[in-house]
Formats: sequence, structure tokens, C-alpha cells
Amino acid sequence: MPEAFAERIREAAARGTRLRLRGGGSKDFYGGAPRGEVLDTRSHAGIVDYEPTELVVTARCGTPLAELEGALAAQGQMLAFEPPHFGSGATLGGCVAAGLSGPRRAAAGALRDFVLGARLIDGRARELGFGGRVMKNVAGYDVSRLLAGSLGTLGLILEVSLKVLPRPAAEHSLRLELPQDKALESLNRWAGTPLPVSASAWRDGELCVRLSGAERAVQAAAQKLGGEALGVADAARFWSGIREQTDPWFGGEAPLWRLSVASAAAPLELAGAQLIEWGGGLRWLRSGAEAASVRAAAARAGGHATLFRGGDKATGVFAPLAPALARLHRELKAAFDPAGVFNPGRLYPDF
Amino acid sequence: MGEALPVAGRERQRAVAQALRAILPERAVLWQEEDTRPYECDGLTAYRRVPMVVALPETEAQVQEVLRTCHALKVPVVPRGAGTGLSGGALPPGDGVLLSLAKFMRIVRVDPVARIAVVQPGVRNLAISDAAAPYGLYYAPDPSSQIACTIGGNVAENSGGVHCLKYGLTVHNVLRVRGFAADGEPLDFGAEALDAPGLDLLALVIGSEGMLAVATEITVKLLPRPPAARVVMASFDDLQKAGDAVAAVIAAGIIPAGLEMMDRPATRAVEEFVGAGYDLEAAAILLCEADGLPEEVEEEIAKVKEVLTRAGATRLTVSRDEAERLRFWSGRKAAFPAMGRISPDYYCMDGTIPRKRLGEVLGFIGELERKYKLRCPNVFHAGDGNLHPLILFDANSAEELGRTEAFAAEVLEKCIAVGGTITGEHGVGVEKINEMCAQFRAEELELFHAVKRAYDPAGLLNPGKAVPTLSRCAEFGRMHVHGGKLAHPGLPRF
Repeated sequence: MPEAFAERIREAAARGTRLRLRGGGSKDFYGGAPRGEVLDTRSHAGIVDYEPTELVVTARCGTPLAELEGALAAQGQMLAFEPPHFGSGATLGGCVAAGLSGPRRAAAGALRDFVLGARLIDGRARELGFGGRVMKNVAGYDVSRLLAGSLGTLGLILEVSLKVLPRPAAEHSLRLELPQDKALESLNRWAGTPLPVSASAWRDGELCVRLSGAERAVQAAAQKLGGEALGVADAARFWSGIREQTDPWFGGEAPLWRLSVASAAAPLELAGAQLIEWGGGLRWLRSGAEAASVRAAAARAGGHATLFRGGDKATGVFAPLAPALARLHRELKAAFDPAGVFNPGRLYPDF
Repeated sequence: MGEALPVAGRERQRAVAQALRAILPERAVLWQEEDTRPYECDGLTAYRRVPMVVALPETEAQVQEVLRTCHALKVPVVPRGAGTGLSGGALPPGDGVLLSLAKFMRIVRVDPVARIAVVQPGVRNLAISDAAAPYGLYYAPDPSSQIACTIGGNVAENSGGVHCLKYGLTVHNVLRVRGFAADGEPLDFGAEALDAPGLDLLALVIGSEGMLAVATEITVKLLPRPPAARVVMASFDDLQKAGDAVAAVIAAGIIPAGLEMMDRPATRAVEEFVGAGYDLEAAAILLCEADGLPEEVEEEIAKVKEVLTRAGATRLTVSRDEAERLRFWSGRKAAFPAMGRISPDYYCMDGTIPRKRLGEVLGFIGELERKYKLRCPNVFHAGDGNLHPLILFDANSAEELGRTEAFAAEVLEKCIAVGGTITGEHGVGVEKINEMCAQFRAEELELFHAVKRAYDPAGLLNPGKAVPTLSRCAEFGRMHVHGGKLAHPGLPRF
């Protein structure tokens, strides 16, 4: 399969054709509108190596994310960054290329934190390997981590090695009535203490918190935080709804903005409804507000805003880069994909 | 000893020193050999070179000016923190400027609510945790040199420590790096938020060994200090059993805060030095630490004891109090200096392997001890597969140094062969640059060079480190023939 992919890429580079790298298409909505001839990665699938005691799994790009998570769950392990699927067809390659992490991100780390190694085909149709299948590896630049969130603009991700973690022994979710400012204050205060908070979501005056870890530690923390306990099934449904954006809050047509900000930033003064995750670090906004004002608010809060779903992509999906970083992006793109074959415009219009 | 500057370079030296004197205070430019010699090496003392000029700027504006000036004069620049690195990453260029960030010692801000610290690159790793301690917070990565090494150096090397299986490496604990490109252009990677738009250039700069940018301000994450920690010390009568015990701990769903192994030669050397109370009859000992809430620690320690007993531990001791916990760790932390007492020199290696291959690799190292007639105690970050074999030798004997280097090269090649890497946390620097040719193919090295050019087209920032040129690999490949095959059969030979 890699040979066939490489052949397609070589041809595309020679003819000036653009390729749209695509797995299950579950994230077609994300980033700049996909352009180019589809190169379907799903034929290159399967778990290559999984040794639970090494805490490492290596799988091909076309592996369905659900299959991978199932294999880990069978061994009592998980992808600790809890990636959103956004559809039943999500593949590992698309998951890594999108670089998105779910509710556990603030506690456990982002997708990029778990990338140990990758194989890719670059724009010259060369198959290259970086990183490895071990926890610690500082040989060479960390190219495999750079692929996380690159939206397929640097190359076709063929295979990825990820660090995995044991599933927590116990979990407990609870609900508290709190206005936004108090919720933010509490979340930041808790994060500065050794409470085992593994996820949080605030919306409409209600804060849900998930605790994960050793049985007795979770019990002790649950007692300390109080609130109303969620049943196991309700909790699973709730966190899945937040992760997959199937929660009713995400329904409707208003544009969805993703604001990644400093967790302790004060409530953002923006028109529209907000849902807050990651202990205050991630603020979802449903609003038809001007892109410039949303981006400015995010910048004031130490972060950036992404037009995640809907809205007018003509004003750009991702926050514009400072000129020095924009230049580095162009230079790196040229290093990986000199003919500009891969996913044109998906990350930035000129890219 | 590094060689002093040849006469031909004197004029160049004068010109560069003069240009830097125009932008820096007089005391911040060193060029007399008595002043520059202390900078001739970092923690890897086998490689020495006296820098042509040393610059010691104190402000970001000065760093920018130094870089601009050197760029205009086409002078190589090597950034340096405390110089504790173990791979020669801060080995100065004989024809260039050593840029010391030692004066950047200010902790700009500790924000206990946001749980971050903004610090200058010359701040020592441990000083960050000290500054955060009043708030019950700390900076997690703890390389063994943490009392001396700087956060700037940690960023350059992506340093780890004994707790990184649970708490991650530098790359997992840094939010933002501000600095300058080789030509003096300001750069800002990451954010106080958990991510930044575009490609993850923060991940790329961390561990780039000072070749992509010079950091002048670093924002790190602070974590709540775990209120409780206890360590189990377990003895094993066989190395393989100890290795299997590590796998059993992980299989039980436990991620220990620290999981370290030492073999008997190592425990004997350190016991004499610090008296940590190690079992000297054991073929290997494991130290397994649990931290967190007291309830959590109790639960985990009970589980660890059960798993290790089942895995065949011949003796188990759990630290009763903080003093005992620290004593158990004291031996591990003193491993390197202890080697310095039993041998004139030691050569510390840094390969990482899949844990399941531990027995095989340690057995191989034992064979090499006999082959090269050199002793090699082993300390091992068992949790993450990072080996530190310590080859004992006498640097005054050129012949012995030669045997040591050959020994080390065989160990690193073994690490690659079992699916590991030549460096887990110390970096490539100048030390392992030849082994890079064995770990990566020409196309991959080419891409590394292309990445470097994207940041530093003139190739002036820390040149000659971390990524070998293809011609160097061609030469190295000719010397090291593996199984009848050259490392780069497709390359032209010079």
C-alpha cells in the first residue's frame, strides 16, 4: 500500500496535481475546505505492534479509531487524550492529523504528548521514519510530534506509535450548580491541589466534574467536592456528548468557535453561549460575532480562536500567525512538500 | 585539552570581539584564552575546544544584537546554559562565539492560580520548584543534574528525569518558548493556553539542541506537589527477573512515579559512597515510587508489593518515612559521582530500549565487558526503558579510551537493533553524531537538514551538532560495517 500511495504522490508532484488525504472523512468539516483529488488512506490499516506492558501501540493510518480503542480497552488501557471521533469512520491517521484531544486533555496531556514516532510519505514520495516505539527518544528533531495537528499538510502519515496508559481503576462524575466565574475559580483552585480531576465541563450554570484514579482517592475527592453524583451510564453519556459534540448544547446552526485560552482567564465578554472545558483552558462559543472580535478576545485571554464548525470560513479558520511564524510555516512546508501536493489550504489559505 | 586558536584566526577573533564590544558591556565579551578556556567543554569533557569569543549578554535586546552581529559577520554561535549537558551539545566552535545565557537568571513570574512560571533560560531547574514551593506547586521534570542544569538547557535537550514515566519530559511541561532565530528575528512558540494555532513549532524547538533558535524566556507548567510519596525497594537474584517485574508492575495498571533499576556492580559502588542501605547480594534492585494523595499511595504501594512478590523479589522494603525514602533514592542519585570514586573516568551512555529486551541487552553488555576488558555497571530508568550503562575507564590511556568508544558504539548499535534509540534524554550533540547515521537513513537526515535550513538558512546556530552530514555518514559507514552491509549503501563514497 505505501508503494501505491508513494506512486500517487510522485505522479501528483510531477503533474502539479493536489491531493486531499482522507481517512473516514469524519473531520472534513474541520479546517479550510478540503481541496484536491481524494487519496483514501483506509486501505492501509491494522495494528502493527501492541505490547501492553511496553505502554506503546503502533498502528497504520487507516486503522479505525474505534478498533484501536477496542484493542486497548481489552487490555485495560486507553488513549489518555480521549480523542473525539466526530463520526463512526474516524481513523487513526485522521485523528493524529487533526491533533484534537478530548475531555481528559487538561489532566493527561494532548494527543501530541503521546506521539512517540511516525512513518510518513513526504512530498517527494519518500517513506520516512521518525521517533520510535520507546518512551524516551531525543535523537533528531521531533518530527513525529510536528505531524500532530498538521492536518495532513506535511505528508501522508502512514503509521503512528502512541504511548498508552492504563484505564483508571475508578471514576466518579458529579454535578454542581455554579455561575461561570465561580466555576472558573473553583476549577483553577482544584487544579492547584492534588485532586484527581480528569475532566470538567461547565455550561448553563452547571459544572460537571469527573474524578479518576485509585478507588479511595476518587471517593475522598468526591466527598470533598460534594454536588450531585452522576450514575455510571449517565456519566458515560455526558462525557461522550461533550467529546463528540452530540450534547444538545452543540445543536443548532450558530457558528461554533473554539477558544483555547489561559485556564485562569476571566469569563470572556462575548455575545453568545459558552461551554467551558479543560479546567477553563478551552471555551466553546456559539456566536455569530465578528471573527475579529472573537479572535481579539481570545488573544486578550492568552490564547487563540478557531472557527470550528459553521460560519464563514472566508475570514480564515485558524488564527493568523505572526509574520516570523508564518515564514517558518512556509519554509517547513517547502521542506516536506515542495510541490505543494498535500491538503492545500486546509491549515492556512496560502499553505 | 582543547587547542588554542591558531594564529591565522587571531585577526578574525579581534574583529568579532570588537563588533560585540560595540553592543555589549566590556565585561560581557571574553576573548583572552584565560577567560575563554573555562568554556572549552560541557559535561562531556572528552571533547574540548576553546571558543574564539564568549558573549555574556544580560538582556533580550543584547541577545538579539549578538545574533544579528554574528549573522552579519557569518560567525557560528553556540548557545550554552550551565554546561552540564552530557553529549557535547554546547561544545564551542573554535571559529565562533559561545553565547552564554548564564546571566538570564531571573524568575519573571510565578502565577499560582494559572499554575505557571515564566522564567529566563539561565534559571536552574530546581530553582523553579523552589520558587513554586510556597504555593504547594513544583516543576516536574527532574534531571539528576537539577541543582545545576538550567531550564534553557532542558528545553534544548528535552530533558527527562526519574519521574518522567508519570509526569513527562520537558516537552510535556513547557507551554511557551520565546527567543530569537539565528539572524536575530524574534520568535514566540506556544502560548499560556494549552495549544497554539498552526503547526506545533513548540514541540519542534524543544529538544532541537540549540540548533533552531535561542530561547530567552520560557513558560513552564507547575503541578501540585503530591502530598505523599513512598518507595518500595525490591531485591532480585536475577536481572531478567527484575526486568520481568517491571513489566508486571505496568501490566497491573500501575504507573509509578519513579521506577529505577540498578545492577549489583552499581549498588556496590554507590553503597560504599552514600550508604543507602542497598541489598548488596541482589543481582539487581528495583526502586518503585508511588506518589499522590495518601489514600492513593497506600493503595498503590500495596499493589506494587503484591506484584513484586509474585515476580520473585527476594527482599522488599517500603520506606517508612520521608528520611528513609530520600535515603533509598540517595544511592540512585549518587550513581554517577560514585563511579567517579571507583574509576578515574566513566563514560555514561543513554540508549533507550523496549523494556522486554532488557535481559538480552544487559546480557550483551556483560559480553562486551569481557570482550573489551572494561567494567560497566548499569543504572536504568526501568519505567521508560532508558539505560545508563557506565563504562569505567582511564582517559589517560589512549588505548583504553579507544576500547571504551568501541564498547559504547556496540551498545548503541544494539539499542537500535532491538528497536530502541541511541539517546533517550542526553541528546546527540557531538558525541553520538556518528550513530545517527545508523539510526536514520539518508533521506531522513536530509529532512532534518531541511528543517534546520527553514530556521537557519546560513547554518550558523550550533553547527555540526545533532544531525550528521551525509558525507560524514559515508565516512562513518566505511568504518562500521554491519553484517557485511554498509549503513548507507546508496551513498557516494569519498
